[in-house]
Amino acid sequence: MPRVTTSEAQVWTENRPTSGLRLPRLAELWRYRELVYYLALRDVKARYKQTALGIGWAILQPIVGVAVVTLVFRRIAHVPSDGIPYPVFALTGFLVWNYFAGIVGDATDSVVANTPLVTKVYLPRLAAPVSAVLPALVTLIPGLVVLAALMAWEHVAPGPALALLPLWVLLLLATALGTGLLLAALNVRFRDVGGALGTLIQLWLLASPVAYPASLLPAGWSWAYAINPMAGVIEAFRWSLLDGPRPGADLTVSSAVSLVLLVGGLFYFEHQERRFADVI
Amino acid sequence: MSKRYALGERRGASGTLVETLADLTGRIRRGAPSTVPREIWSLRDIDVDIAAGDTLGVIGRNGAGKSTLLKVIARITEPTSGVSRTRGRVGALLEVGTGFHPELTGRENVYLNGAILGMRRREVDAKLEEIVEFAGVAPFMETPVKRFSSGMYLRLAFAIAACLDADILVVDEVLAVGDTEFQRRCLGRMESMRNEGRTVVFVSHDLDAVTRLCSRALWLDGGAMKRLGPADDVVSAYLASGRTFAARQVFAEDPTRPVSVLSVAVLDDAGTPTEALDRDTPLTLEVRFVVRERVPGLDMTVLVHNLRGVRVLDEAWSDSAHAAKREALGEYVARIVVPPILAAGEYVAGVWLGTPFESIFYEDDLLRFRLHGDANGRPNRITQLALPWDVRRVAPVALAKGG
Repeated sequence: MPRVTTSEAQVWTENRPTSGLRLPRLAELWRYRELVYYLALRDVKARYKQTALGIGWAILQPIVGVAVVTLVFRRIAHVPSDGIPYPVFALTGFLVWNYFAGIVGDATDSVVANTPLVTKVYLPRLAAPVSAVLPALVTLIPGLVVLAALMAWEHVAPGPALALLPLWVLLLLATALGTGLLLAALNVRFRDVGGALGTLIQLWLLASPVAYPASLLPAGWSWAYAINPMAGVIEAFRWSLLDGPRPGADLTVSSAVSLVLLVGGLFYFEHQERRFADVI
Repeated sequence: MSKRYALGERRGASGTLVETLADLTGRIRRGAPSTVPREIWSLRDIDVDIAAGDTLGVIGRNGAGKSTLLKVIARITEPTSGVSRTRGRVGALLEVGTGFHPELTGRENVYLNGAILGMRRREVDAKLEEIVEFAGVAPFMETPVKRFSSGMYLRLAFAIAACLDADILVVDEVLAVGDTEFQRRCLGRMESMRNEGRTVVFVSHDLDAVTRLCSRALWLDGGAMKRLGPADDVVSAYLASGRTFAARQVFAEDPTRPVSVLSVAVLDDAGTPTEALDRDTPLTLEVRFVVRERVPGLDMTVLVHNLRGVRVLDEAWSDSAHAAKREALGEYVARIVVPPILAAGEYVAGVWLGTPFESIFYEDDLLRFRLHGDANGRPNRITQLALPWDVRRVAPVALAKGG
């Protein structure tokens, strides 16, 4: 009788009880990278199903948002913007923030939304929150096009720090994914997380220099900013994209916080993951 | 199905895949996270070795731990103690079409579902034609599956799973959905997977399928191993076991469910629940159930097995002429009269209630009854019809002359 074998046929795999911390299985996630892509594709398609404007919303939203914020913060409250034209300043902040909030929101929901996959199939569950990184790109990229147009209109050009932009993108992803992993794992056990998420994101938005510059804060408060990783990320994006002021040592601190979030999120997710199928 | 054959396989450790679930105990926690979890031992001290190429059927009543066993083998959940070891890729088919999304096209769903089952893109590429052909949905591959008929949806979902390249295939009650034609195809596919030398672990209430497909069977009872051995033996022991004859079963009502079965009974000629019936008179199978919410496509099947696990009756409501008013709410009494066709012997009757998409209620071992009568010395038959013979002498035989 012919024996069918796959490439994994010679490998023994064990399923035994584990306890304590275990290393996130990133190699396995890499093997399932196509799954990450298809999960993301599914979410994007589902989101824009039967919408007349489709991706158009991704362009309309930042424009309307920035128009409102410019009116309120600039014309009425006269918030400064580090010498950068306010609409460009605010749009950069909002694009970065919305991308962050989009990832955190999708990631938090990702495991619970994929309950059938968790309970019926074996797959690296990390794929679900990680796939949340991609759908929000669909709104980020048109937003960046709008930003480029607005920058040209306002005669704002990036400085040499533009070369560092990929670094800030990674920092943004680390922060968003770290937060998303923590919340996704918590959400499996306590669905309250979904309810609390909106409030958390709103408070975090107000605590981040999205519509106002970090320089507006009194000097004694900068420590509070340093521990908010998004403060560092947004300031760094403005530095690279708009040739804004160079962030100080706070950036180092908030980068460290980002990394701690990412590593902590990965380990916490991996720690909780073994019980997902039983408690979800 | 696969194109990869390892010729050197028989060397070395005799090519066996040994799967040891030594002292395996899985527990499932339920209840609100803030309360102290109550514990149910879903599996206790399971110890099974499954050789490569073997087909193991897992049988037992609902809640016996069958699905949990599959989930441990497939690494969906961890055991609480002990270990499950597998060699090769494990494909888990605990549900048809896991992860299908209605907004994606047929093609996109094939790739998504393939990725979920652990296939690479190029593997799916290589199988795409086969999948599409098996499902018979070629013209609709670029259409969102939400526009598919339920049959097309099911066929496509199963086709992907059927073309999955796995060394070990773990299948749970997939066959409980779909029409009979579809079930036949599923069984046929599993048979060919077995013939290709894949290892199959198959949970089913369909004892007939277990005896046909599986070389060995494991009977789980309350999470423990009740019996392990040749499929025929285990299935007959299972059927002969447990409760003594039962003519009627009444179920506790659950008002939160859209449909529930209230009672099931086997009735004699006079309409009385009876375990012992005369095989020469008709018997009636009665199911009382209540429909509280509209359930589209609600259907019911009454199943009768003999003690060898052969399904001798499988009658669907939808096949009858009275299937029209299936969706009105209310309490129902369904009766079917079985004419005196079954041979004398012992029988087990059960009920399936569900839709083409889900099994709402399925118990194949609810009633046990005995048909008394004269087998006329031929005990091995299923039906006993006393069919009219038409025997005529059509020509005389010319006798040899000169005798």
